[in-house]
Amino acid sequence: MKKILILFAHPAFQKSRINKTLLEAIKNLEGVTINNLYEKYPDFFIDVPAEQKLLSQHDVIVWHHPFYWYSAPALIKEWMDLVLQHGYAYGTHGRALEGKWAMQCISSGGSKAVYSAEGKNHYTVNEFLAPFNQSATLCRMNYLPPFVVHGSHLLGAAELKKHAEDYRAVIELLRDSKINPDLFNSIEYINEIIEQNA
Amino acid sequence: MHNQEFFLNALIYLGAAVVSVPIAKKLGLGSVLGYLLAGIIIGPFVLKLVGTEAGEVMHFAEFGVVLMLFIIGLELEPKLLWKMRRSIFGLGGLQVLITAGIITGVSLLLNFQLNRAVAIGLILALSSTAIVLQTLSEKGLMRNIAGRSAFSVLLFQDMAVIPILALLPIIATLGAPADLSDTSLNNIGQVAQMPGWLQLLIIIGAITVLVIIGRFAARHIFRLVAETGLREVFVALALLMVIGIALGMDAIGLSPALGTFIAGVVLADSEYRHELETTIDPFKGLLLGLFFISVGASINFNLLIEDPWVIILFVFLLIFIKFVVLLILGRMFRLKKGFEFLFAFLLAQASEFAFVLISFSKQNKLFDEQTSGMLLLVVTLSMAISPLLLIFNDKAVSPILARWQNKLEYDEIEPEENPVILAGFGRFGLTVGRILLANGFKVTILDNNPSNVETLRKYGFKLYFGDITRPTMLEKAGIENARLLILSMAEHENALKVAEIVRKKYSHVKILARAKDIFHVFEYLNLNISDVERENFHSASELGNRALVELGFSKYEAYRATRTFKHHEDQVTDELYQHWLEDQNKFIQETRRFEEQVKETLQAEKNYSIHETDCAWDVDSLKNEAKKEK
Repeated sequence: MKKILILFAHPAFQKSRINKTLLEAIKNLEGVTINNLYEKYPDFFIDVPAEQKLLSQHDVIVWHHPFYWYSAPALIKEWMDLVLQHGYAYGTHGRALEGKWAMQCISSGGSKAVYSAEGKNHYTVNEFLAPFNQSATLCRMNYLPPFVVHGSHLLGAAELKKHAEDYRAVIELLRDSKINPDLFNSIEYINEIIEQNA
Repeated sequence: MHNQEFFLNALIYLGAAVVSVPIAKKLGLGSVLGYLLAGIIIGPFVLKLVGTEAGEVMHFAEFGVVLMLFIIGLELEPKLLWKMRRSIFGLGGLQVLITAGIITGVSLLLNFQLNRAVAIGLILALSSTAIVLQTLSEKGLMRNIAGRSAFSVLLFQDMAVIPILALLPIIATLGAPADLSDTSLNNIGQVAQMPGWLQLLIIIGAITVLVIIGRFAARHIFRLVAETGLREVFVALALLMVIGIALGMDAIGLSPALGTFIAGVVLADSEYRHELETTIDPFKGLLLGLFFISVGASINFNLLIEDPWVIILFVFLLIFIKFVVLLILGRMFRLKKGFEFLFAFLLAQASEFAFVLISFSKQNKLFDEQTSGMLLLVVTLSMAISPLLLIFNDKAVSPILARWQNKLEYDEIEPEENPVILAGFGRFGLTVGRILLANGFKVTILDNNPSNVETLRKYGFKLYFGDITRPTMLEKAGIENARLLILSMAEHENALKVAEIVRKKYSHVKILARAKDIFHVFEYLNLNISDVERENFHSASELGNRALVELGFSKYEAYRATRTFKHHEDQVTDELYQHWLEDQNKFIQETRRFEEQVKETLQAEKNYSIHETDCAWDVDSLKNEAKKEK
C-alpha cells in the first residue's frame, strides 16, 4: 500500500466549496495524510525539517490547490523554495524523493475549453503546469497527470459530489497501486481513468 | 432627640476627616497625618469641638486596628507566613528585647525605679501597627522588603502584648507592694489570674478552635448567607465574626488583633476572601481614621506648654533610640540600599498599645498621674511625628543614600567598543538582547536592578550594574563608538531623557526604544525617533489572534486579520501624532482621541475585510462575472 501526502494550500479555504468537498472525500482514507499548509504556516514560516520528514514518510505527493494565476497560491511556491533543497531533493546527492510519485489536484474557475490554443487562455492546463512537472522530474519523481476540476464556480451539488467521488477513487487506486503506469502517458488528466473504468 | 450628642460628634469627626485628609494628601503628607491634624484642630486646645470623650472614642476606634489585621491576614497565605518566621521571631524578638533594654537603662539614668523603668521600656518598645500598616498600604509598600520586615516586627509585637500585659501587674508588686485588690486585673478577664500553664493551654485551645472553624465550618456558613443574596446580611455576618473573635480573644487575654489576624490567615485561601475584604475594608478605614483623629484630639498640650523642652527631648530620645536599634537590626537582617532606613523610620514611633498599657499600669499603681500623663504625651507626639519622619526619609535621606551608593557600587565597564548598547535587561530587554546575542552580535548590557543583574549573571549573561541616565555611564558604555542604543528599560521617563541627551550629543547613534503606550511613542516621535515598539502591543495582538482562531477563523484568516489590524494601527499612529502635536495639553482632547482611535479601527475592520482582500481567485466579484458570462 502506498502512503499519500496531500499538500493542501488554499488561502481562502472558507470560501471554496469545491476544495472543501474534495478534501472531505479523502480525509478519512487509510494511508492518506492531509498537510494543510495555510493552516500550519499562516506566517509563511515553514518548518523545513518537519516537512522533509513528512515527505520521507510518504510515497505519493499531491499538491492540492486552486489554480491561481495559472499556477499555485504563494505558499506552495514558498514550500517548494524551502523544502526542496539542493542535496536533499535534487543534485548529485539529493535523492530523498527518488522514485516517489508527484501529482497535482487543481480547481479552476475556467472551463476546459478556454485552456487551449484557441481559447482565451491560449495554453492547456498541462502546459501551464510545466514548472511543477519539471520540478518533480528534477527531483527524480514520476510526475503524474493532474486531477483537474474545471468551472469550479458554477458547479451544482450533483457535480460537486461526482468530482469528490472521482478524487477519492483516484487516490484509492494510487494507494493500492491499481493503475497501470503505462496509462499515464496516454491521458491528459488523471480524471479520465475513472471515466474509462466506468 | 436622644442621640443628638452622638450625631453631633459624628458630624464633627466626619467633617474634620473629610476636610483635612484630602488637604493632607494633596500636600503629600499622607492620610495619617491628615487625621492627626484634624484631631488636633477639633480637640480641646484649638477649636474645643470635642473634649474628654476623645479617649472613649479612641478605645472604640481601636477596633479599626483589629479589622486591619483581619484584612492583612486575608492577604497572607499561611505558606507566606511560614516563610517569614525568621524575620518575625528573629528580627521582631530582638527588636523588642533590645529596645526595651535600652529604654529601661535610659529610664534608670533618669532616676526611675527599676520596676517602672522596665515597664516603660516594655511599653515604649512597641511600634504603632495602625500608623505603619496604613502607611504601608497607602504607599504600596506591603510587598516591599522593608515593608515586609516592618510587618514581621509588628506581628511579633502584637504577640508580645500578651506576656507584657501579664507581666505588668507582677512588676508593679515587685517595686512598691501595692494593694492588688485595688487593681483592675479583673478587667482583662479571668484567664489572666490562672496559672501560666493553664493560660497557655487555653490560648492554644482557642487558636485551634479558631483554625478548625475557619477551615471547615466558615465556608458553609458564608455560602448559606451568600445564597440569600442579601448583601447586608453578609456584611453583618462578616462583622459578627470579627467582633466575636475579638471579644473571645479578649476574654482569654489574647490580643484581639492577633486573634482576628489568625482568622484572616485561615480564611486567606477561601473563595470568600475578596468579598470579606471589600466588606470589612470601609469599616476599617473609617475606624482607623477615627482612631487617628482621637489620638490627635487627646494630645495634652497643657503638659507640653508647661515643660516643652523636656517633652520634646524625651520624644526625640525615644525616636532616636528606636531608630538606631531598628537600623542596626535591619542591617543584621540583610536590609540594604536604603531599605534599612525606610524600615527604621517606619517603626520609630510608639504604639497605640501603649495607651492601653499605660492606663493599665496606672491602675496597677505602677505610674503616678504625672508619669502616665507625660508618657501618654510622649507616645502621642511620637506617633504624630512619625509620618513626618517618612517624608523626611523620602525627600532627604533616600536621595542622598541613592547618590552615595551609586558612586560606590556601579560596575566598571570594560572598554569593548561593542556596536550595540542595551539599557535595561528585564522582561523586555532580555528578549531583545537574546535575539542579538543569538545572532552573534556583541552587546554591552546595562541594568539598574542589582538583584536582576545578579540573577542573570548566574545564567551566563555578561551584563553590568549601572544607571544609563548618568552621562558618565553612557561614555563608559562606549556610546562614542556604538551604532545602536536600545532603550529597553522600564523607567520610561528616564529613557526619554537619555534619548534626548544622546540625540544631541551623539547624533551618529541610532536609538531604538521600548514605549509604555502610544503617548510615550509620541514623545519619541517628538525627538525624531521612530524605531519604537509599544511594550505589550504585539503580545496582546497575538492573543487576539489566538482568540480569532478559537472563534472559528482559519489560522491564515486570523493571521491576516491581526496583521491588518496592526497595519492599520501603525497608520493611525502617525495621524494621531499630528493631532497630539497640535494640542497636547488638553485632557478632553486626549480622551476624544482615544475614542477616535477605537472608532477608526473598528471602521477599518468593516471597510477592509480580509474575506474580500485575500481570496485571490475566489472573490465574489469574480464568481459573479463567471456566472454572468454563462
